[in-house]
Amino acid sequence: MSEEGSKKREEKPRTLVAPGDLLARGEYKILTPTTVQRRGDSYYALVVGLATVDDEAKTIKLIPLQGPYYPSVDDLVIGIVRSIGLTSWEVDIRAPSPAILYASDYLGRPVNPARESLSDYLDVGDVIIAKIQVFDRTRDPLITTRGKGLGKVTTGAVVEISPVKVPRVIGKKGSMQSVLEGETGCRLVVGRNGRIVVNCPNKDLEEIVVLAIRKIEAEAHTTGLTDRIKEFILTEKVRRGLIGGR
Amino acid sequence: MSLTPTEPINIIPRLKAETIASIVKKGVRLDGRKLDEFRELTIIPNYLPKAQGSALVKLGSTQVLVGVKLEVGTPYQDAPDEGVIIVSSEFVPMASPVFEPGPPDENSIELARVIDRSIRETHAIDLKKLAIIPGKKVWTVWIDIYVLDHGGNLMDASSIGTLAALMTTKVPKAEINENEEVIVDKATSIGPLPLNRKVATVTLGKISDVLIVDPDNEEESVLETKLTIAVTEDGLIAGIQKSGQSSITEEEAIKAAEIALQKGRELIDKVTQLVESSAETVKQENNNSAADSASNEASEGEGVEEGSGKNPEEDSGLEKDGGLGGSEVSLKSESKE
Amino acid sequence: MGGKGEKPKLIMEDGKRHDGRLPDELRPIKMEIGVLKNADGSAYVEFGKTRVVAAVYGPREAQPKHIASPYRAVLRCRYHMAPFSTDERKSPAPSRREIELSKVIREALEPVVMTEMFPRTSIDIFIEVISADGGTRTTSVTAASLALADAGIPMKDLVAAVAVGKADGVLVLDIDQVEDNYGEADMPVAAAPSLNEITLLQLNGVLSMNEFKEGLSLALKGIGEIYKIQKETLKNKYLQVEGE
Repeated sequence: MSEEGSKKREEKPRTLVAPGDLLARGEYKILTPTTVQRRGDSYYALVVGLATVDDEAKTIKLIPLQGPYYPSVDDLVIGIVRSIGLTSWEVDIRAPSPAILYASDYLGRPVNPARESLSDYLDVGDVIIAKIQVFDRTRDPLITTRGKGLGKVTTGAVVEISPVKVPRVIGKKGSMQSVLEGETGCRLVVGRNGRIVVNCPNKDLEEIVVLAIRKIEAEAHTTGLTDRIKEFILTEKVRRGLIGGR
Repeated sequence: MSLTPTEPINIIPRLKAETIASIVKKGVRLDGRKLDEFRELTIIPNYLPKAQGSALVKLGSTQVLVGVKLEVGTPYQDAPDEGVIIVSSEFVPMASPVFEPGPPDENSIELARVIDRSIRETHAIDLKKLAIIPGKKVWTVWIDIYVLDHGGNLMDASSIGTLAALMTTKVPKAEINENEEVIVDKATSIGPLPLNRKVATVTLGKISDVLIVDPDNEEESVLETKLTIAVTEDGLIAGIQKSGQSSITEEEAIKAAEIALQKGRELIDKVTQLVESSAETVKQENNNSAADSASNEASEGEGVEEGSGKNPEEDSGLEKDGGLGGSEVSLKSESKE
Repeated sequence: MGGKGEKPKLIMEDGKRHDGRLPDELRPIKMEIGVLKNADGSAYVEFGKTRVVAAVYGPREAQPKHIASPYRAVLRCRYHMAPFSTDERKSPAPSRREIELSKVIREALEPVVMTEMFPRTSIDIFIEVISADGGTRTTSVTAASLALADAGIPMKDLVAAVAVGKADGVLVLDIDQVEDNYGEADMPVAAAPSLNEITLLQLNGVLSMNEFKEGLSLALKGIGEIYKIQKETLKNKYLQVEGE
């Protein structure tokens, strides 16, 4: 995605709204059903966030500025093993309930709890990259590590941000993530649950990318953020002597 | 901590719930009542031999027993010359499959506090006349509400029971000896508890935007919110409590208050009539011990079609005598102790 | 009520109240959100000398498990007064009053929280009254509603609350402790203005039908003002960052 595209998107009028605010009247399509409610022919905000009412496309979107992570199937999440059972792990994914990871899923073969201990493979505190496989109101979320890029994390650092700020870190079609990776040379895995695994060439760059992510989180509701982040990374690099002054 | 209740008081078939909701929109209810109609009311005043005042109230299938006991206590510092009121309620486990033994839960506490406020704020009891040694010893009026059978609208049944019990309450004779000690002679009364005014609550439920008076427990399990409004005999609003998961509009609140004022006065009149007519019967009975239970039932059941003839004690398991037995026992105990 | 002793004059010759306010005037109000780091959402609300902190945790795993519902989040609410909040030290053990108020405050919030979005979880609301000078339950509702919004929990509307009282025969908005103690009535009201719904309504004391109607309308007018401040408070947090 080109930078111009995301800029154009950012310039669309977005309004800061709070629960109970009237967004629009008439016939609109709600793009974010968990944050907008229709009552009669009126549309109201359910959360504090940035609303975009597109009168041409007849759509309403409201991106929350704070809020919990609530899993949905296929979400990429970063989990931390919190306890070990006989045939499965309980993994904290910052959701209301812990996720379950079956040993047979992780190992790709049946396990014999009588002969092997799961802690040999994943121990308490280990970090994993996983996908939500099954989740509905009747049970705790089930996660899988089967798939490209999924599994145990062995290198890098984990950054935690508010889950609702994740789309901003990724950016429109990955634009912000490209800037972060391109400018620092780090590799990012951004979990929907607000955890980000960063792998960087060195400690300085790791620090810079973490600070940049924090800045995105703090200023997620502002416009022109991509440019400011580029600028920020550059300044930090100069300050640390990673590149020459301007 | 107050917690969203997730188990309904009683599970009723979904179809029935829908019927209840749809029928009230037509202005009628499943048991044939009008929207603003109370269930049948029976009161047995002076039900308890050892209390200074009491009443057993049956409102539909709801049964509540209220006992008033007067005991010598110390006044509050900020009101040294006044008696003290303490209202408690017990939702005893026998009254409903969902009532558990243990300390009063939030519903029970709420009920007692709403009743307490309705009589306290209206000065229903003339507390100034309940000082024994001003500043030191006063009468404490203990009002204990005992829910025996939960058939819905415990609030109004309790309020009716409290009013009826207070109307029957006699103040025992208290003498002060030379050591400034209070000697109470419970067997002798110096007169009725001084009351300033009568108060009753009227509870309205909201089911699909329709207000209904005196919801029974089936209606309670489908209604979204309740409004209890205490009213005085002279037409004032003497307390309000909204409860339940849902909300009401300003118009509904005003309409509810109007209904409550009208229904509340009718209710107070009816309670007065039921208590007084039974008191007359008792007097007659004392004069003429040949009065049989049938005539008692007839006079006590004034304004009441059925239910008064039924033995309430069979349900509560408290007394083996029928109908007016309560008042009889009460009078006996007064002379006995 | 209950306050006895020498009753002070509540309405002065010039029609003003004992603290100089007009009958329909609110006390000075302060609101702040995000005051606690650990909580998912938090708020501090001040009405004159009444000060309340509210915190929200959740939606989180309902504990104990049997309280959970497969259809919705359950709300758990605790209203508590700190021992130093009152003139005489208050015992920290929950009183019957606090148990009742926890219930009515929870019920004031139930109609607006989108609980059905979070089945099997609980949303816990902890309210601490750190200074009590009348109107603690209404200040608590106002603060709890802000804390819920601060936690990002979807809500149909904010709930704002205020009490109307009757002092020396005059209906007055936002009563303080003195007016509560010596006045003739105290009517706390909470409402969700955009829904046009009343979510808490109590009356301690005696009013005529006309006074009730007027009092309710006065309370709703006050709620409108408080609601505005709530919204500004929620939005200001982000406008400040944007302005930097």
